[in-house]
Amino acid sequence: MRFGVVQFGGSNCDRDVVHVLSEVCGVDTDLIWYKERLKKHYDAVILPGGFSYGDYLRAGAIAARTPIMDDILKHSANGGLVLGICNGAQILAESGLVPGVFTMNAYPKFICKWVHLRVVTAASPFTAGYRTGDVIRLPIAHAEGRYVAPAETIASLNKEGRIAFRFCDEKGRVTEASNPNGATENITGVLSEQGNVLAMMPHPERASEDVLGSCDGKTIFDSMIHHIERKA
Amino acid sequence: MKFDITLTISLKEGMLNPEADAIQNAITNLGYATESLRTARLYRIRLDAPDKKAAREMAVKMCERLLANPVIHRYEIEVS
Repeated sequence: MRFGVVQFGGSNCDRDVVHVLSEVCGVDTDLIWYKERLKKHYDAVILPGGFSYGDYLRAGAIAARTPIMDDILKHSANGGLVLGICNGAQILAESGLVPGVFTMNAYPKFICKWVHLRVVTAASPFTAGYRTGDVIRLPIAHAEGRYVAPAETIASLNKEGRIAFRFCDEKGRVTEASNPNGATENITGVLSEQGNVLAMMPHPERASEDVLGSCDGKTIFDSMIHHIERKA
Repeated sequence: MKFDITLTISLKEGMLNPEADAIQNAITNLGYATESLRTARLYRIRLDAPDKKAAREMAVKMCERLLANPVIHRYEIEVS
């Protein structure tokens, strides 16, 4: 089993993700400079957080149009797992791997804080280790994280069980007050049609060790590992 | 032939524009009453194309493939 973490110019959470995967979860993980493209078979590819291309044009827009994204599209078309975290989520939305867009927060400032999330579906390779309805605690750190999509897209995401996470309060109530960035229906984790791509704004790698204050995020990486093991 | 293209990319009608709201707030604080304030991004591009129609088609592709995000944006193109 091999994971790949793609590093663009301006990525800054890439090494955190590599650390969690290789040191905490114990899986072989390569850090891939985007110009090197995907040269090996990877079971899962992770697009980490950061500020690729300085967030010029729109967050994730330029990285989404680099040649390595053609490799990632092929990888996902073949059923490979793709997880986009924060800037990685913005890149996945810009590249069309998940619908919608993550755009400027309703109150236009950078927000960096711990939030609660409700696991909306446990029926995905990324969330199978949770139970539907679980409330988890992860940090967010973004200025452009407000999820927006046309009403018909939101309706089909709901219908098809493709919303992975919603912002909520500590009791799991999905309220306006618990929505830090103004995201449509508090959505902050979206799955692709086939369910093998997840774009999420919160940072699971920053909540994968006790010393960091929460291990809730590690379940996402563990779920991916179990999914790959079951398939093999 | 050389053509000068002006592309204006703005948020679709009804989209929340937090940047514009913040700017309008600052303008109001300076004592200017405004009914509305919207923002847009403008690109000036010079390029070679066989004719005006081809130049416009290139501009449309640039908008659709990179400069605008169809989920939230609309665009206007002027060619001269």
